[in-house]
Amino acid sequence: MFNPSLQLIKKEIRQKNFENILSTVTFFLFLPALVIIFMLFLKGYPALSWNFLTQDPIHGMTAGGIFPTIVGTFWLVIISVLVSCPLGVTAAIYLSEYATDNKMNRLIRLAILNLAGVPSIVHALFGLGAFVLFLKMGTSILAASFTLAVMNLPVIITSTLESLQAVPMSYREASWNVGASKLQTIRHIVLPNSIPGILTGVVFAVGRSAGETAAILFTGVAFYLPFLPQTVFDQCMSLSMHLFTISTQVVGVPDSYPFATALVLIMLILSVNSIAVGLRYYFRTRRKW
Amino acid sequence: MEMKVTQAPSVPMEWRRRKAKKHLSEKVIESMIKIGGFSSIIFIIAILFFILKEAFPFLIGAFDFKEFFSSTEWNPASVVKIKYGTLAILVGTIMVTALSMLIAVPLGIACAFFISEFCSPKLRETYKILIEFLAAIPSVVWGFIAIMMINPMIIELFNVPIGLNILNASLILALMSLPLIVSVGEDALRAVPESYREAAEAMGATKWEVATRVLLPAAKNGLMAAALLGVGRALGETMAVLMATGHAIQIPESVFEPGRTLTATIAAELGESPKGGEHYQALFAIGLMLFIISFIVNFSADYLIRGRRK
Repeated sequence: MFNPSLQLIKKEIRQKNFENILSTVTFFLFLPALVIIFMLFLKGYPALSWNFLTQDPIHGMTAGGIFPTIVGTFWLVIISVLVSCPLGVTAAIYLSEYATDNKMNRLIRLAILNLAGVPSIVHALFGLGAFVLFLKMGTSILAASFTLAVMNLPVIITSTLESLQAVPMSYREASWNVGASKLQTIRHIVLPNSIPGILTGVVFAVGRSAGETAAILFTGVAFYLPFLPQTVFDQCMSLSMHLFTISTQVVGVPDSYPFATALVLIMLILSVNSIAVGLRYYFRTRRKW
Repeated sequence: MEMKVTQAPSVPMEWRRRKAKKHLSEKVIESMIKIGGFSSIIFIIAILFFILKEAFPFLIGAFDFKEFFSSTEWNPASVVKIKYGTLAILVGTIMVTALSMLIAVPLGIACAFFISEFCSPKLRETYKILIEFLAAIPSVVWGFIAIMMINPMIIELFNVPIGLNILNASLILALMSLPLIVSVGEDALRAVPESYREAAEAMGATKWEVATRVLLPAAKNGLMAAALLGVGRALGETMAVLMATGHAIQIPESVFEPGRTLTATIAAELGESPKGGEHYQALFAIGLMLFIISFIVNFSADYLIRGRRK
């Protein structure tokens, strides 16, 4: 029979200790986040009501509801996705299907990486300089959405690129061999097979832009507006900006009010992300390759 | 018979004509795709251009290199003596970033090791979804948490008058950059070929030995890139830091004193500075500085990751 030596047993114990420490560390890293979300829920829930969601803020934003901020957030998110989605998908198609020149390809990838790393406040400066002032859009929903779109571009490009490259080469070759051109192959074979991945990326981008504050700070969002935006050239309120305003700029707000606003924002983003995770899971189980 | 002879070649002719036609429209679409492909380069250049454009009058005018980097006085709106010294703000930025990375990098990399090497596949899936959710929490909500929850906690625990200080901001930034560090670190560990682990285990190494002696050196660059990207994230964070640091212009003497960061300065002051004024341009100059720093950080991270793949 094999008898483990003392040294081996010691080793075994050390190994177990090591594993336990790592698992505890990991667990406790995620604990605060869960506690925080739980606390938000606990403190914000009492103030949450149908009226809170459907009424305007009143009394200098110390009471009432958050309806216009929700409307504003929807405007911003939808327009920014409408802009960044086609641009991001074409960029990914180019990188995945056309780009051959290695040096150029590398430069584009570096640009994407840097675009993703540029601080959001720098994006805000760019939006102010380019869209608000240079293109004369003024502080408007349009300018803010464009700024968000530029910010989201790398997210959409990366996720689309990943799903385009996951389509097996044999699919393309089979299509080319029956006489389809490169573009036809992309349109009829590559894109339909990578729609799930693209969709997941877009949904994540939606969640990201719904919570963004710094980038829209000077480009189109107002602290308070007594009316709803009518066109894309109007300013709007946003959920994220509203949370910032009532928790730092306005005095005399009851505690439960910002908690409820934060809760609505978090729930909105988490549900959007859950859709993305669900989509990904659903399509992964049905994947043909 | 004769008709057939004249008709027969017309079929390939038609085909060729059609093909030629399609070729033209394809060319148009393909050139559009190409333009789309270059969009990110165009945007990076545009960002640099427009920030430079707004900051330029300041840079050739009131800008004084020595004052900008060595004076602690930031008094852009003063009537008596206008000063543009960013030293205190720079120190605040560095302190917040360094402290948050001191917390987040070791923990994040330990976490990446656990998720990549010691976890069951099911637990790994759960953690990954959790990481995604954590990453999705917007910065303004983190700032709100800093004010409402961490602020009273610090006051109580350390018995200090204000809880909105360097420590608070660092804790929030650590929590915010963890998801990024963990996921990039995990990617780096996953990229180490399975054969490395098998070879080490065949030699009798325990998992601990595999992790520290084989995986750590093999994934070194990727892990460093993860830390660098975390630094980039912490440096660029705006709203959470604006709300958590206390936003006071001074060189903080301890972590319990309030400070200020570059990003927060722009966010707080740009709305109040008159468009096209000197103050406004000085804020764009700070933006330019941030752009350059983030470019260097991201470039080095990319270099580290590419280096590993070769």
